[in-house]
Amino acid sequence: MADEPKTLYRKIWDAHAVTCLGSDEWLLYIDRHLLYEVTSPQAFDGLREAGRGVRRPDLTFAVADHNVPTHNRAGGLAAIDDPDSRMQVGQLEKNVREFGIAYADLTGPRHGIVHVVGPELGLTLPGATIVCGDSHTSTHGAFGALAFGIGTSEAEHVLATQTLVQKPSRNLLIRIDGELGTGVTPKDVILAIIGQIGTAGATSYVIEYAGSTVRAMDMAGRMTLCNMAIEAGARAGMVAPDEKTFDWLRGRPCAPAGEDFDRAVEQWRLLATDPGATYDRELEIDAAAIAPMVTWGTSPEAVTTIAGRAADPANIADPARRAQAEKMLAYMGLEPGQKLAGLPIDVAFIGSCTNSRIEDLRAAAKIAEGRKVADHVRALVVPGSAEVKAQAEAEGLDAIFRAAGFDWRDAGCSMCLGLNPDRLAPGERCASTSNRNFEGRQGPGGRTHLMSPAMAAAAAIAGRLVDVREMQ
Amino acid sequence: MEPFRTITGIAAPLPVGNIDTDMILAARFMKTVSRKGLGQGLFYSARFTPEGKERPDFIMNRSPWRDARILVVLANFGCGSSREHAPWALLDFGIRCVIAESFADIFYGNCFKNGILPIVLPPAEIARLLELTSEPGDAELTVDLERQVILTAGGTIPFDIDEQRRQRMLDGADDIALALRHVDEVNAHEMRVRDIAPWLDEARLDQPGITAPNTMPCISEGTTNA
Ligand code: SF4
Repeated sequence: MADEPKTLYRKIWDAHAVTCLGSDEWLLYIDRHLLYEVTSPQAFDGLREAGRGVRRPDLTFAVADHNVPTHNRAGGLAAIDDPDSRMQVGQLEKNVREFGIAYADLTGPRHGIVHVVGPELGLTLPGATIVCGDSHTSTHGAFGALAFGIGTSEAEHVLATQTLVQKPSRNLLIRIDGELGTGVTPKDVILAIIGQIGTAGATSYVIEYAGSTVRAMDMAGRMTLCNMAIEAGARAGMVAPDEKTFDWLRGRPCAPAGEDFDRAVEQWRLLATDPGATYDRELEIDAAAIAPMVTWGTSPEAVTTIAGRAADPANIADPARRAQAEKMLAYMGLEPGQKLAGLPIDVAFIGSCTNSRIEDLRAAAKIAEGRKVADHVRALVVPGSAEVKAQAEAEGLDAIFRAAGFDWRDAGCSMCLGLNPDRLAPGERCASTSNRNFEGRQGPGGRTHLMSPAMAAAAAIAGRLVDVREMQ
Repeated sequence: MEPFRTITGIAAPLPVGNIDTDMILAARFMKTVSRKGLGQGLFYSARFTPEGKERPDFIMNRSPWRDARILVVLANFGCGSSREHAPWALLDFGIRCVIAESFADIFYGNCFKNGILPIVLPPAEIARLLELTSEPGDAELTVDLERQVILTAGGTIPFDIDEQRRQRMLDGADDIALALRHVDEVNAHEMRVRDIAPWLDEARLDQPGITAPNTMPCISEGTTNA
């Protein structure tokens, strides 16, 4: 029925469902396909083996981000010391040439983390379907797009057909209302949500975030919220587009221009969920009740407020959960029930596709300004893209960070994962703005505490985990 | 993809929840452009000490489980990163079937693409299987996808699976070839979008700092635009 009320997700799904393959399986059309060096080589190999081409190279965009060192970017490919990393990036450059795919040059103004660059370019548009062989593709949902991570076989499928075989997901509404307290950011909101529903809490759902708190958030905040939807197990996270979204996109290089843009905005306004549309599940979050959050364990759900304590296994009845908590505490080098505030850190990392946008750097610089990083702390600020870097430098943020003793780097995934030279040594404890605190994620034996950019900057300066509100 | 009909093999019990893809295969093993050889890095930090010595207490370092072809695990297996290197590592090690309380979405889909059968069973059944397969003499299972049953030393366990996915696993189907049969519908979709939302059909990627794409799309199967 044409007039049946639909959710944002359902509208985008229906507009892209090409044909039904039987039962509940559909061929879904993909508007934008993003690629990077780690998960794509085997997809291109598959195409070559089958003698297939790329259906829409003009809707496909590639950038190298995971393996690239974050200094001496000007040196390009030759400046990547690690031979395996150099080979992987070189292979991407070879593949994009062979198949005629757009590629953000390593040394150019469009380089950066794929999930930061896509929106910046205006490749990410409301109502679009966007995929990438990376779970944090959910980030792009902040614009009212349906964006999700895929595997390498699926990437090959999209390259060859510009479609994916998909089943509709269930739809979860997370309504967040109220005003965030001082020092509380979108990162704290999403960590609080994951703490509440768990890392499998939204498995097989597409989340739509709504409510006054989300409306009040800027695009960077909405991206942080959607970025970590996957950490709650969700297929995707999304926010209905509004004037903020349209203003943000106006004038972006790859976004529609002129009359096309106005026409697009008219359609984008219609994407919001219809009154009366139903979700499979709904959740209410009170924004005012959220405090600055910090993880204590090796799963994003092992999280509490900065005033809180690590879990005490003695209080956990379920034997499997108790064993897991014990394992996490041992890995993290924490005592049962240990207080988190005051815990000394070795490294602070401000960056990653979760928190490396200009708004994140401004928040961190505000804390860093006129202060000094503690002597024993190694602190890194890694902008998400060359554009963010240039903007930060134009605002003088780099000078603030440098004067405070932070290392100011070139764009890339950096210490978010142990694939490039930025990584933790075994046993090192890190205040990190990234999204995963899994064992070894930031380097074998490394210990990660996830938090917001302002909290990480505060930890760098105090030399220990600290409530950012004491420094504001 | 290799078809999956029936396999018989040792099942390794791993009574751990939330096994993420970083645990299955850490990022540092992903600097490869091949699908092969990743079994070396499977569960690396659980299997080996930092010095590279086997940890004797880890079940997959013990007989008969060192030859496991099946895993039995708890909930949310394969959460975290979307890396298909995780199922490739399992496959390269010899694992063709994972039996869990639940799976993370992307990993679950990736299994089917690689001929690994992911089976979901209720917690009580998993608990029984974990106990059973901890006994060296009872660790062998037969997973029969045609009849949708697991044969164990302690009896037969039926399992549910999506019918279409089951059929494709049994056939070892090439998903891309199946999708390419619908090329007419895809063409029609593109024509429609060009009309009503042309900005979706055009990414305007010809920009400073970007090596421009080939603007001549390749439409048909089998040709390459290289
Ligand atoms: S910054 Fe981290 S999470 Fe984001 S794409 Fe890079 S490695 Fe993945």
